[in-house]
Formats: sequence, C-alpha cells, structure tokens
Amino acid sequence: MTEAQPVAGVPRRLLWSRAEVVSLRDDTPRVRSLTLAVADWPGHLAGQHVDVRLTAEDGYQAQRSYSIASPPEAPLLELTVETISDGEVSPYLTGELRPGDIFELRGPIGGYFVWSERQPGPLVLIGGGSGVVPLMAMLRHRAIAGPTQPALLVYSSRNWDEIIYRDELERLAAADPSLRIVHTLTRAQPQGWQGFRRRVDKAMLEELGVPALASPNLFICGPTPMVETAAQASVELGIDAARIKTERFGPSGG
Amino acid sequence: MSESDLQPLDGNAAAGLLGEMFWRDMTTATGICAGCGSEGPFAEARLFASAMGSVLRCPHCDNVLLRAARTPRGVWLDMQGFRSLTFTPTPDAN
Amino acid sequence: MTEPPISRGFRSRKPQTEQRDRVPPGQYLTTDFPVLSAGPTPSISVDNWSFALQLGGSLLAKWNWTEFQALPQTDLKTDIHCVTKWSKLDTQWRGVSFDTLLEAAGLSEAPTEYTMLHCDGGYTTNVPVADLKDGMGMVATQYDGLPLAPSHGGPARMLVPHLYFWKSAKWVRRLRFIEKDEAGFWESLGYHIYGDPWREQRYTGD
Repeated sequence: MTEAQPVAGVPRRLLWSRAEVVSLRDDTPRVRSLTLAVADWPGHLAGQHVDVRLTAEDGYQAQRSYSIASPPEAPLLELTVETISDGEVSPYLTGELRPGDIFELRGPIGGYFVWSERQPGPLVLIGGGSGVVPLMAMLRHRAIAGPTQPALLVYSSRNWDEIIYRDELERLAAADPSLRIVHTLTRAQPQGWQGFRRRVDKAMLEELGVPALASPNLFICGPTPMVETAAQASVELGIDAARIKTERFGPSGG
Repeated sequence: MSESDLQPLDGNAAAGLLGEMFWRDMTTATGICAGCGSEGPFAEARLFASAMGSVLRCPHCDNVLLRAARTPRGVWLDMQGFRSLTFTPTPDAN
Repeated sequence: MTEPPISRGFRSRKPQTEQRDRVPPGQYLTTDFPVLSAGPTPSISVDNWSFALQLGGSLLAKWNWTEFQALPQTDLKTDIHCVTKWSKLDTQWRGVSFDTLLEAAGLSEAPTEYTMLHCDGGYTTNVPVADLKDGMGMVATQYDGLPLAPSHGGPARMLVPHLYFWKSAKWVRRLRFIEKDEAGFWESLGYHIYGDPWREQRYTGD
C-alpha cells in the first residue's frame, strides 16, 4: 500500500467543502436530485456517500449523510434526496434550495459499498426506494466505462410514480443488452402490470437466475428489513457472503 | 428536534466521523466483537445514531462495539467493544 | 478556520417567548415526543419483566410486573428537557416514586448517596439519591394515561425530569446504589456527570 499517493475516493483527510447548487431536477413527487459544484472535489468511487451540513443564522447546525448518484466520470456531483415530511434536512434540500445556494459537504466517504468496472464478475444490484441512489452511480459508471460483465438491477418501489430515474433506467437497459432491469411494485401497480408485486424475496432472486451466476458481486441498499431479507436470501441461494455488500438506512433516532 | 430524515443505519455511515479522526476509511476493516467473538466487516455493524452520538453494535449479539460523541471540547471515542480490527489494503489503494 | 456559510432559509426552531420561564437556556419547544436511542428497542413482555434495587452487587428488593403495579402509584405532570435541545411541557406520567420503592423495600433511607441505573440493552446512567428522593424521581409505566410504548422506554423507564432527559433511562431494570458517583453510558463519553438543564450542563466541563 502506498500511503503517500492520493487515490480517488480515498481522501487523505476529511474536510468540509462548499457545494454550490448548479441545478435541480424532480425525479418523483418526493425525490429531487441536486447537481452541485464542489470546490476541490477529489473524485469518488461509485457507491460512496457524503455528509451534508447546514448552518442556520444563529449557528445551529444539522448534519446528514446522502449517497452520491453521479458516476466518478461526471464533472459535477449529483445527490438524490428523498423528502421526509417531518425531517429536518431533507425538506430543506428538496424544497428550499435554489440554484446558486451554498451549503457544506464533506467526502467522498466509505470504501466498503463501492464498485468499479475493473472488479471482475457479474453485477447484481438490489435496491429499495431511495436505496437505488448509490446503485445508480454504479450503473452510470458501468455505462460510461463500457460494460464487460452482465448486470441485473432488482428495484423495489411502492408504486410506478415513485420509481426514481425511471426513464433513465429504461434508456440504459435499451442501450445495453447485458443489463437487465426488473421492477417490483409493492403497494400499487398500473393497469396491466405484468411484473413482480411483492417485496424482494428468495423466490424472486431464484426466478431471476441469481444462483446461476458465476461469482457475482451483490450490492444491496435500502431500508433495513429489505436489506436483511435480500442478503439472507442471497446467502441461502449459495452466494458467497463475502461477495455481498450491504448498506442500510431508515429514519434516524432523534 | 425531529430527525426522521432517512439515515444510513450501519457501519458505512460511521465512516465520516471516523475518517475525520483517523484520516483513513474504517468501513473496509474487519472487526472481531469482544462480546461474542464473531468476525465481520466494520460496514456491516449496526449503527444507532442520534444527535447525542453514534453507537455501533454487533449484528450478532448487540454488544456495543464503538461509541462516539462530538462535544464542544472534541470527539470522544470508545472502541473497547472490538477485540481487534484488521486493515487489509484494498485494490484501489495499491 | 473559516466560518461555515449560512444556509439561506435554514432555521433552527426557537422557543416561543411566552414560555421562556419554563424553557431552560438553549432549548426550544416541541409538541412531538422525539425518540432517542443508543440501541435496538427491546421487546419485553411484562410477564418477563422485573425491577430490582441493589446495593453494589447484592439484591435489596425485586418486584415482578404484578407486584410493581400493586405498589402505590404516583401521578406527575412535568416538563422534560432533552440535551439535543428540545423541551416538552406538561407531560403526564404515572409510576412508582423512588420514595415508595425505598419504603416497599423496607428501607428507612437510601444506603448510599449515589445510584447507577441499568437498562435492557446495556445502557446505564448515574443519578444522585438527592435527585430521586422527596418525589423527584420515579419509575414510570404510563405516559398520557396509556402504557408506556416500547419506543419511549416501555414497559418502564426512569423519570428524573429536572435533569436532562438522558438521565430518564428507558427500559430500566435495576437501580444500584453505589458509594461514589460514577459515569454512565453518555457521561463517560463527554456528557455532563450531573446534567442540570437550567445551568446548561450538557457536556463535561460545562
């Protein structure tokens, strides 16, 4: 290991930087993506997150973590944020922020839940709700790097309108025969819906051929119960536990 | 204070706080729990984070692996719940 | 170090001025009841629940749920103050006061001047006897006329409302009398050993 050499995604020291809002995009009624210009951004790996810190005029501060949605190759940083109605930071980020506004962030953070196209083996991504965000960074990175291995995204949403990046995912899949995207809609389905309509489970992963893949890399991100179920099912289907990376989120205690 | 924003709830999320102190990524380390002896990635430990501080617990026995709090006088850290932590070089750091 | 930039339009919630005499410095009012935890919410059936008084390592008294419910109950309406800066006024509790517990254990007075409270999940916090006796502390089993929810510490939590709320330990199971004051879970991690909200004793050294 060469300690002195700076490496993308592995900062020498974690410091707060200023992020300027460049543009905003509504993904779903409850989800908005922020495109940011970050001073001295050192680069990141697909799957990493940042800490965001807001400061009020009286000095009060609030801090939260958000996954990076943009691939390492993108010139600007994108965060995708789900609004939690009684939250403190997310309603500000999705409702109050305008282009030109400045807030603080630090990162990139986390070297565990990361994937690069250089990593051998098929890619299996399992996401629930806004847990798809770091997985999207991986798919975007994969598309830019040029896919060399098959990939599968199993994405669980409550209904059709809450699917984040729906059109972009469709475009990615249409442009890449080695990428398969499977939606499951757990609460409501559009008329004529032929797809899955339940939470991710063992039978679903089996039906999608996950056990037949040779040495796949699994990334599972979403609410804790979904992550636990999907990880457990994958182990039961014979996937090497060391190849399963997970990231859990949910409402934080306050 | 309402804090029901969605937050990461495992060791991945402790990376920011620890990175600030250790200048390195802790999530790729492998830890052994002093409570039950089970071994696993730091990132897979359960995180209970609140405005008071962060508590990392063993996913197998709930033993407190790590406690951290930020006060105006600095960051307080207790890691006695880990019997050991192993750091191996990641491919990206070579 | 440069000052952090102000996030335009981001505001902290401030106390309403008319309640200023009831809200300690640095606190703001909330009507919610935020939940703060250092671990998973245990699910404890009252059939398996007990509460014990200990002196050092020896048992002084122990009650199961039925016995505990048969003890004289105390109602208390009080304000609570969390170190994370929220305060909530006029909360309504029912439980067994520390004084009643001493009496039921056949003790005329507390055997030492300090206590350590022990909870399910390994949480601990220290409270002086002087802050529990004369009606100042209780083991609460009801909030707002209903059994205490697990997320709020049910079946039973400590209630020491004149100190920061981390002292009102959730899921309390044992009160251990100790000779010398010792730091509990948060107190050993930079939080104040006593925690008086009116003197804003949030952190060690405050």
